[in-house]
Amino acid sequence: MGLRRFILKRVLLTIPILFGVSVITFGMVHLTPGDPIDILVSFNPDIGPSQEAQMRQRYGYDLPVWQQYFRWIGNVLQGDLGPVITRAGVSVNDVIASRLPETVALGLFGWAFAIVIAIPTGIYAAVRKDELGDHVSRFVALSGISIPNFWLGLMLILFGALVFNIWPVLPPRKPLLDPDTLWFLVMPGLTIGTASASTMMRIMRSSMGEEINKEYVTAARAKGLPERTVVLKHVLRNSLISVTTVAAFLTANIVAGSVVVEVVFSWPGLGREFVQAITSREINLILAITLFTGFALVIANLLADIVYAVLDPRIRYD
Amino acid sequence: MSTQRGRIQISGFDTERVTEREPLSDWTPDTGSGTEGRWQRAWKQFRQNRTAMIGLYVILAMAVLTIFARPIEISGITVQPISLAPYDPQNILYLEDPSIGRYDPPSLAHPMGTDASGRDLFSRVLVGGRASISIGFVVVFITAGFGLVYGAIAGYYGGWIDEVLMRIVDTVFAFPALVLALVIIAILGGGYWQLVAAFVFPGWAGYARLIRGEILSVKQNQYVTAARALGARDRSVIFRHVVPNAIAPLVVQASLSIGTVVIGVAALGFLGLGFPPGTPEWGTMLDATRETIIQGPGGSIPWWATVFPGGAIFIFVMAMNMIGDGVNDALDAQSNVDVEQGGAN
Repeated sequence: MGLRRFILKRVLLTIPILFGVSVITFGMVHLTPGDPIDILVSFNPDIGPSQEAQMRQRYGYDLPVWQQYFRWIGNVLQGDLGPVITRAGVSVNDVIASRLPETVALGLFGWAFAIVIAIPTGIYAAVRKDELGDHVSRFVALSGISIPNFWLGLMLILFGALVFNIWPVLPPRKPLLDPDTLWFLVMPGLTIGTASASTMMRIMRSSMGEEINKEYVTAARAKGLPERTVVLKHVLRNSLISVTTVAAFLTANIVAGSVVVEVVFSWPGLGREFVQAITSREINLILAITLFTGFALVIANLLADIVYAVLDPRIRYD
Repeated sequence: MSTQRGRIQISGFDTERVTEREPLSDWTPDTGSGTEGRWQRAWKQFRQNRTAMIGLYVILAMAVLTIFARPIEISGITVQPISLAPYDPQNILYLEDPSIGRYDPPSLAHPMGTDASGRDLFSRVLVGGRASISIGFVVVFITAGFGLVYGAIAGYYGGWIDEVLMRIVDTVFAFPALVLALVIIAILGGGYWQLVAAFVFPGWAGYARLIRGEILSVKQNQYVTAARALGARDRSVIFRHVVPNAIAPLVVQASLSIGTVVIGVAALGFLGLGFPPGTPEWGTMLDATRETIIQGPGGSIPWWATVFPGGAIFIFVMAMNMIGDGVNDALDAQSNVDVEQGGAN
């Protein structure tokens, strides 16, 4: 199978997965006891039973589940994610459009932090295997994957914001690209990036450690190439392949990872919106964000597979 | 296949090589005395790994501390009478003793201070491990077990069964675990078994995929063909011959994911979705202190209410990951030896 056919096959395979994702999401959310109308009614006691039934009918909550599903998926395919019922006049599209940039900014911060830290440290640890620097960086990486991100965030607030007063406790009410906002973002960015950086560093180290013992490396050294060239040109290129897969996975997990971190730092992104949607049973919003995260993960895995196949010609596509 | 068969034939005709091989496979009582199972060998390797052993001791110590923190009663009968925690973790102490306040700093009477409701933090941290730790082990046990059977069936039978089963795995895999767990908690509500369900549902797919991949390669071995040729039933071929040789990566994965589940459970607790507020559970305890921190320092900063419960999670997960790395090294070294032996022939 050629590369082009492999890519085509992978793309086609994602369609049933995305369909499955939407069915599971919809099915699960509709198992939830109580719909947004119940919540609305509990807030406004003057809504009578006839009015309640009328509202159910308007939003289609009186239909059988499968009809509701097709109604919903039809709208989603046309780019309409539905209204936010407990907030009058607000659509899910509006919420996502206003919250997504915040989450992406946070994710990019974390991602950049992870790459900048992980790749050089991983190379260093692999080259200086079993020396002091290797031990220290491995210990730090192990702590990094073990530390709960919400606790790390709380500790940063506690020491960075309260004890040493370097950062504000709450995000400044300014546009996203204002220097103050960006400075605040360093804290959640560090929090979200720590686990990714540690994971990537560990993978970088082990895959480089594996590559560096291969025969082509000995051959390159025997040829008289300086060690720098051997490591940075030959070994690094081959070990980056496994890092790519992890990087794609971590990118897709930005929204999922941001759920907790956004709550810790009161950051107005999609993750925080998601937790609020769950507590207020805002069905359309829960559906949209879950679907969105699933979609991001599927696409990222698809890209990772394709990049992997392009980077490593040794892979057979079958 | 054809080239392989060709090679076997050629070596078969070479009488010298056959006689040369004889002493290699010849078993004598001396060589046999060193025989040990590979789990035994792995355990030996694990025991020499200092980091992993430190992790193991830390986990054992924490398990003992939480079990003996408060007496355990099962349907009215006291199973475990020892109480290491000086106070009842639910007791609001200033109701009995007015000298104890909210957020008292650590002192001799309260080694970790008191929390927002004037409860003894040390007692709460000790008891708080029960839920998190046990959910971690229960979830990994269930998910690994189910994933093992599921992946074994998919990998062994192959064909359309494999195709269908793996598409289901792909679909479950398409959700980030924490998002799925949040949705499940939204459906089921909080509580112990609800949390178990929330992490079991997204968790098994990883094991299924892992074990399937292993089994695809293990089932190519001749001993599997031999067992089938001898008329062994599928079930016994799978669970006697295939699975034991494919299970090592699953064990590694399982030991590394206990920590992840514990963090996940605490994260839901922190979001206020795991247990009712006030429950002594590490994550839930952190949720209670977040508000105080965010509202800023009113007087002194109650750092202890954040540092200790979170620190307990951190230490547990770190120790667990040290064990996981050790298991990985021990079993990995094992498979490397196998590869070398196989490659030498």
